[in-house]
Amino acid sequence: MVVWTESELSIINSIFSSLDYEDIGPKALCRCLIVYPWTQRYFGGFGNLYNAAAIKSNPNIAAHGIKILHGLDRAVKNMDGIKETYAELSTLHSEKLHVDPDNFTLLGNCLTIEIAAKLGDGFTAETQGTFQKFMAVVVNALGKQYH
Amino acid sequence: MLSKKEKELIIEIWEKLTPVAADIGSDALLRMFASYPGTKTYFSHLDISARSRHLLFHGKKIVQAITEGAKDISQLTVTLAPLQTLHAYQLRIDPTNFKLFSHCMLVALACHMGDDFTAVAHAAMDKFLSAFAAVLAEKYR
Repeated sequence: MVVWTESELSIINSIFSSLDYEDIGPKALCRCLIVYPWTQRYFGGFGNLYNAAAIKSNPNIAAHGIKILHGLDRAVKNMDGIKETYAELSTLHSEKLHVDPDNFTLLGNCLTIEIAAKLGDGFTAETQGTFQKFMAVVVNALGKQYH
Repeated sequence: MLSKKEKELIIEIWEKLTPVAADIGSDALLRMFASYPGTKTYFSHLDISARSRHLLFHGKKIVQAITEGAKDISQLTVTLAPLQTLHAYQLRIDPTNFKLFSHCMLVALACHMGDDFTAVAHAAMDKFLSAFAAVLAEKYR
């Protein structure tokens, strides 16, 4: 089982409470689709993804980005049970959406970068280390039900 | 594949960072050590605490090499030849670590540049650092 120190729990809660999900969610997803264009393969039905400008103004992408952040919020509210929290989502991504789990890391990287850009020097090396640990646990949980 | 515009953007970013090379480089290294503790094993002979002389020196060296490589990306194999030999025969750092460092360099850039580190700049930089790492590992085997 994942063990979190008081400090780590505090850092994760502090990061997420400083975020506006409606702002950072769309930004992180857009960044992922632009920086790693092959991830667009999962968004065929979302409309125009032709270039960076189109992606950034796509309302379906924005809505989905917000959805993702709220999904992460569920893990933040249940740090000792992240695997259980995501069991259903993991099955969904595997059986229905057929998403290669490596993509979870790519999106996680983009979210990290968005948070870094927002917090600047406040996103210290220690803070990043804790956040990366959290994302690694999330990614692992989302990949758990693949077979 | 880097477009002409992307190459220009990359040169522009690294030239701007030259005065703070030691800060950016050491910041990226520190982030890597904090997020991926296994990477510290390559630095057991040095003091890699924050703001240490060794960390600043190494950080500066890395950023200077990257800046040099950025000046003519088509010539990376020529520019990096001595570093290729160093990494392959002496340092022998497992190349998967280059990816980890690149990620932390991108985070350092994001912290430093804020909104200026746009998705387009990020994409260009990620592609460049991937190419740089690939060339660096060319002499390994």
